[in-house]
Amino acid sequence: MTALMTLEGVTRTFGNNVALNNVSLEAHPGEVHCLLGDNGAGKSTLIKIMSGVTAPTLGTLTFDGKAVSFRSPRDAQAYGIGTVHQDVGSIPLISVARNFFLGNEPTKGWGPLRRLDHATANRIALEQIREMGIRRINDAEQLVGTMSGGERQALAIARALYFGAKLLILDEPTAALGVKESKIVIDLMVKARAQGIALVFITHNATHALQVGDRFTVLIQGRVASQFRRGEKTREEVLNLMAGGEEFYAVGHGD
Amino acid sequence: MQTTTADTPVPATRYGVLERLLRIVWIGPAIAALVIYIFFVIVGGASGFFSVPGTAGWLNTAAELGIIALPIGLLMIAGEFDLSTGSVVGAAAIIVALGTGFYGLPIELTMSMALAMGVAVGCFNAFLVNATRLPSFIVTLASNFILAGTSLGLSRLISGSSNVSLKDAGWAEPIFGSKWMFFNVSVLWYLVAIVLAAWVLKQTRFGNWIFATGGNVDAARRAGVPVARVKLILFIWTAVSAAFVGIMSAVMYNQGNAAQGQGYVFQTAIAAVIGGVLLQGGFGSVIGIVLGTFIYGIVSLGLFYTGWPTDWLATFIGGLLVIAVLTNNFVRELALNRGKKKP
Repeated sequence: MTALMTLEGVTRTFGNNVALNNVSLEAHPGEVHCLLGDNGAGKSTLIKIMSGVTAPTLGTLTFDGKAVSFRSPRDAQAYGIGTVHQDVGSIPLISVARNFFLGNEPTKGWGPLRRLDHATANRIALEQIREMGIRRINDAEQLVGTMSGGERQALAIARALYFGAKLLILDEPTAALGVKESKIVIDLMVKARAQGIALVFITHNATHALQVGDRFTVLIQGRVASQFRRGEKTREEVLNLMAGGEEFYAVGHGD
Repeated sequence: MQTTTADTPVPATRYGVLERLLRIVWIGPAIAALVIYIFFVIVGGASGFFSVPGTAGWLNTAAELGIIALPIGLLMIAGEFDLSTGSVVGAAAIIVALGTGFYGLPIELTMSMALAMGVAVGCFNAFLVNATRLPSFIVTLASNFILAGTSLGLSRLISGSSNVSLKDAGWAEPIFGSKWMFFNVSVLWYLVAIVLAAWVLKQTRFGNWIFATGGNVDAARRAGVPVARVKLILFIWTAVSAAFVGIMSAVMYNQGNAAQGQGYVFQTAIAAVIGGVLLQGGFGSVIGIVLGTFIYGIVSLGLFYTGWPTDWLATFIGGLLVIAVLTNNFVRELALNRGKKKP
């Protein structure tokens, strides 16, 4: 099976500081690639490179078999790379539909009479969110602020998929969520994977990672400390890699 | 609180009348306007508040304030302030008065110059805010002072006075200075401004971007909203509206004063906040802002008709502002908590 996105020998420096050092990884369609590592390990730099926010200093990016270099996040989005952020790409005091279509609003009419097509926006937004299994939302005009954290993540994921994401990068989507809410997000990831989407899942939570991960990359101080597939390492080994064993148990499961 | 799980669909008709009312973003200012209006009709009605001149009085005040308060409100929804409108009003008035009244230039030329000055001030404000990331509060406070001093200095230098008369504004006279009964033509212009602002905020993509920019600027940027351009357009809109009011007042009162207009700096922001615009950005409505300007007009004129000393106007407005901010926060909390699952 060929990878949808491949990073080869990616290095990124900021002045004298080496944030990423010779990192290579692959994201395959229909697989969840977990990106693990402590704070400052280089996870965020890596996803910034993958989503077009910054460019690598060295190394190559391949998407869909072609070498690519993104000029902007917009550019990366156009290729089909969707990013769902921890703080949720949503605005609490505007409606579900307005959030869903932000930046891609459907319009009707012409010239100065060109206006938002509220009916279409409401209908599609509601359809897509309910498709994600969020049945509690029944009004596309309700404020996003009335949704729970998990539901907002679902909105962001639904949005990315609707606008054609083939690769979905999830930046600690469960970090701020409780157990039930996290389950919603994990279930969505499973669902997206089944649709053949390639997922990159950044997390501190080993339980969540082991639950859905097909491939794992552990970063330590900007280098790939380990790369393995599901079942190749025990839970203990993964935890040790992530944070150094005993210490980690002392604080439970990260957040 | 409801206890439905994520799997059971909830019927769409579950909102009661009260909940429906609370969903209307301008419900707070609407109730306030009504209560205050009735209050002054009862207390000041006998002396003429409820008459045609009384009504025209507060509507005229609301209109001149509102033409600027509308874009100020939109700018606040986008998360920025503009305190430079006061000086823009004065500068526009003095440009028209000096140009046409003193030098005898055609009114259409001096009006264009005044509007161009508005565009320039808007660009200047937006450029500083976008390029330096300084708070717009400080940036526009500075430009308000810079412009105020400049128009006063130049006016005195050119004409020897800060007050220049404009005897004949030609064709602009009926457009900006005419009256019908006691109503100024500014009320009609306000209507145009309301329709425009409501259209933009509710019905256009740009309107969606205004909410997003003020609601969560990073999320907006990631979604591809041209945040800097949104702010630029709104700063220009605000300054051009202020210049428009300056032109209108010069034509209406047959004079321009470089020092006039400073009252707008805070009155417009107050009207927007009383109208339910959230100070932190991301929330507000055009109808709310309009009601905010009505409240301001009703209180200003109403107090006069009660026969009480109008010295207390500012006290009254200040108190109203505190109540408005507290109510806004309360209504927003209600709106956000409605339908949220209680753990």
